[in-house]
Amino acid sequence: MLHALVAESWLTFHWSDFLSNFWNATFDGLTFGAIYALVALGYTLVYGVLNLINFAHSEVFIAGAYAVIFTLSGLGFGPSPPTLSPIAIIGDLLVALLAGALTSAIVALLVERIAYKPLRARNAPRLVFLITAIGMSFVIQYAFFLWRGAVAEPSVTMYQDKAIFIVFGSTIYLSQLIIVGAAVLMMVGIDQLIRRTRIGRGIRAVAQDPDTATLMGVNRERIIMTTFVIGGALAGAAALFYVMKVPQGVIYNGGFILGIKAFTAAVLGGIGNIRGALLGGLLLGMIGNYGAYLLGDAQWIDVVSFIVLVLVLMVRPDGILGSNLGKVRA
Amino acid sequence: MALLEINDLTVHYGRIQALHGISITVEEGEIVSLIGANGAGKTTTMRAIAGLLGSSGGSITFEGNDITKMKGHTRVAHGISLTPEGRGIFPAMTVVENLDMGAYARKKDPKAYAEDLERVFGLFPRLKERAKQLGGTMSGGEQQMLAIGRALMARPRVLLLDEPSMGLAPQFIRQIFAIIEEVNKQGTTVLLVEQNANQALKRADRAYILETGAITREGTGAELAADPAVKAAYLGAD
Ligand SMILES: Nc1ncnc2c1ncn2[C@@H]1O[C@H](COP(=O)(O)OP(=O)(O)OP(=O)(O)O)[C@@H](O)[C@H]1O
Ligand SMILES: [Mg+2]
Repeated sequence: MLHALVAESWLTFHWSDFLSNFWNATFDGLTFGAIYALVALGYTLVYGVLNLINFAHSEVFIAGAYAVIFTLSGLGFGPSPPTLSPIAIIGDLLVALLAGALTSAIVALLVERIAYKPLRARNAPRLVFLITAIGMSFVIQYAFFLWRGAVAEPSVTMYQDKAIFIVFGSTIYLSQLIIVGAAVLMMVGIDQLIRRTRIGRGIRAVAQDPDTATLMGVNRERIIMTTFVIGGALAGAAALFYVMKVPQGVIYNGGFILGIKAFTAAVLGGIGNIRGALLGGLLLGMIGNYGAYLLGDAQWIDVVSFIVLVLVLMVRPDGILGSNLGKVRA
Repeated sequence: MALLEINDLTVHYGRIQALHGISITVEEGEIVSLIGANGAGKTTTMRAIAGLLGSSGGSITFEGNDITKMKGHTRVAHGISLTPEGRGIFPAMTVVENLDMGAYARKKDPKAYAEDLERVFGLFPRLKERAKQLGGTMSGGEQQMLAIGRALMARPRVLLLDEPSMGLAPQFIRQIFAIIEEVNKQGTTVLLVEQNANQALKRADRAYILETGAITREGTGAELAADPAVKAAYLGAD
């Protein structure tokens, strides 16, 4: 009796809210999902070549977010929308995108050089890599904490968001189109890079058989660095869209939850699988939002995401598209 | 000057010593066989030559240059190509993509690439039929053809083959050995590791017997094939 009362007070289903907001939740979920997907690629690529979950990737991401927000405030952006011409805004956003991508790429590369390379040289066991990864994540997080304190950076508004059109009774905003469009474009670009270029062949070879890759003349160490740089740059690009969507979210531990969601997205799609990262990200974005509307509070997004992670690991650890070869399959 | 000269080479796995100072010479144009039982150190030798394993003593000289300390991934560009034990096919790449990987270290030259691809398809028509099939779904014999074809795409000066007949049916084995001879006739030097001593000695100009990390006998293929001790140890069954 008591049990039922307690349960009822915190868990109620809001079916009518959910149904009336279904398309809203879907489109906004896709927007978040696009961001997860970009970050998920970093986990998936590194996992592909090193069989390692780079837990510091969430901090690689937040470093990019700091770079984005510093760059934008340096360029004069503030809490209210800028009064610049659209061309000037686009130019500034591209600069911020570059700053984010570059910063994240550098941090990713530093993590690889400082934390993982020395362990590889010593043939350290798997568990040591995992612990080091988590250690690096904390080190970077607390470096930001000591530097910027426990408060979020003042938010910046990049442009006046506006409704573009209405689909299924749900308004589509400019920001949603930008984020989903740009993210999908980048994912396609990476997919092509992995499939068609020499670097991509090198990455796939190292992922599938590192020794044989060496026999073919692939410089494994260089491929590993390249992979961290690509994954980092994508996380930095994702950081721009994150700041666009969640301007008040740049805080020292702001990468943590997003990182776990991106990791979940990677596992959901099939870790090591490029297209899986996109699919997993978009799905997770929608599932989280459905959960939030159904349960009546945005706080549920995180809970639902973690439940998805646990379920996937239990029921289908290879994910939807499969990581059956445990390899980067373009 | 020998093409490939291994001098007093020692290799350790941690504290375990796998090679106790072996010396092998391969002259330009030869087929040299290295025969030994399981665990003798054949794969260790090949991996050390290809640069996948560091050595703890001795030297490896190729075309007169000391390559003992040369990084593994640069050796293929110098002309050393290893078809590894177990074939090392990239499972999620197609046959053609696997062959492309063989040319990875070479300068981009579409004409030379096309010629080499034709040559490989000429040696292994099966690979042409299966051009789009994933490497991981090929049969063992097909994978071995692919591995050799892929190594040839690098235009090696010396082709190292680690047990190319392993796990293959007799008709495949005969075919693989015939192709090794053919490749050699076309000008590629071959160092061949085998447990299938019959074929390996028959085809070899010279051969070495490796026992627990040391060379115990060497001679021409015919000499060793006639040696009673070799016969008893390696030629018994077939
Ligand atoms: N990674 C390793 N770590 C420790 N010992 C190893 C390792 N690889 C090989 N060895 C040991 O070195 C010795 C030589 O092994 P190697 O693989 O070179 O033999 P092989 O002649 O190729 O045998 P096979 O015919 O079975 O392929 C063996 O005793 C083996 O157990
Ligand atoms: Mg062996």
